[in-house]
Amino acid sequence: MTQRLRLVLLGTGLSTLLGLLLWGLHGVPPFGHYRGPYGQLVDTVGERERHVTNMVSAVNFDYRGFDTIGEEFILFVAGAGCAVVLRRQGDPAERTEPSGPLGATEATRTVALLGMAPLAVFGIYVVAHGHLTPGGGFQGGCITASAVVLVCLAGRCRTMRRIVPETLADLWDSAGAGGYVLVGLGGLAGGAAFLSNVLPLGTTGHLTSGGTMAVISLAIGLEVTGALLLIVTEFLNQLQRTPQEDA
Amino acid sequence: MIALQVTILLVVAVAGAVAALIRQPKRQIVALNIYGLTLALLFFAFSAPDVALSELAVGGVVLPMIVLLALARVRRHER
Repeated sequence: MTQRLRLVLLGTGLSTLLGLLLWGLHGVPPFGHYRGPYGQLVDTVGERERHVTNMVSAVNFDYRGFDTIGEEFILFVAGAGCAVVLRRQGDPAERTEPSGPLGATEATRTVALLGMAPLAVFGIYVVAHGHLTPGGGFQGGCITASAVVLVCLAGRCRTMRRIVPETLADLWDSAGAGGYVLVGLGGLAGGAAFLSNVLPLGTTGHLTSGGTMAVISLAIGLEVTGALLLIVTEFLNQLQRTPQEDA
Repeated sequence: MIALQVTILLVVAVAGAVAALIRQPKRQIVALNIYGLTLALLFFAFSAPDVALSELAVGGVVLPMIVLLALARVRRHER
């Protein structure tokens, strides 16, 4: 393929794309004007029907809770896939820990050590208040996992592994994913549809409000923390040297 | 509000371009990290605090960490 032909192909492709893009943008509603009826409806009835103040969580964990199961299992499968592809066989005790794979400087270490505890508390707060304030299981789970990862960034990867060993991350990952499904089955047990909100809804604004939403948020938080830590741990394992490699 | 949104959109565009143009992997991780943080600000300015929180944690810590670990592994392999 000559240079000229390639340029012609690129030009045709780009101009077609530009045309289609302009055509598509022509029918888009004005900036900031949402036309879907569903959002407005949830905003109006959500608080009354579900006793929660964060409508995003009401949609994610209740009205469209089934979609969220799918999303949760995407991360679960990603974590499991990392473990299957990257996990090494053999006795972990035989491997030597890399002394300082990331070479943390004094400044990195100080910032990481300072940030760790507040970040962990904030993460748990975000998970627990998912139905009240912005956030929820996924966000809180990411933040909690970040707090643990900071231990490793501070140059203490061995300590991170002691705080959350691989088996614990595995356990959190699967317990969270399974917990969500159990909540769904609870709906069936309560004589309603899968994932229906059968728990008492409580008072709006209270930590215990929202029925199954708070439980689902906790399950997702556990799953996300576990999955992310599992992925990071598996990557970290790749840095370990086996005696054979050292020889 | 619109002025703020336009400013942040421009900042994100610059940060994204910088992250894509840097050729040195270690520096690119830092640029990627900053790009993640500007994206979090963008989501916040467009009143999506839920998304901003996820972006902050994933783009700020988890993604750079995974790339950093992968890079460290590749370096070790090359040696």
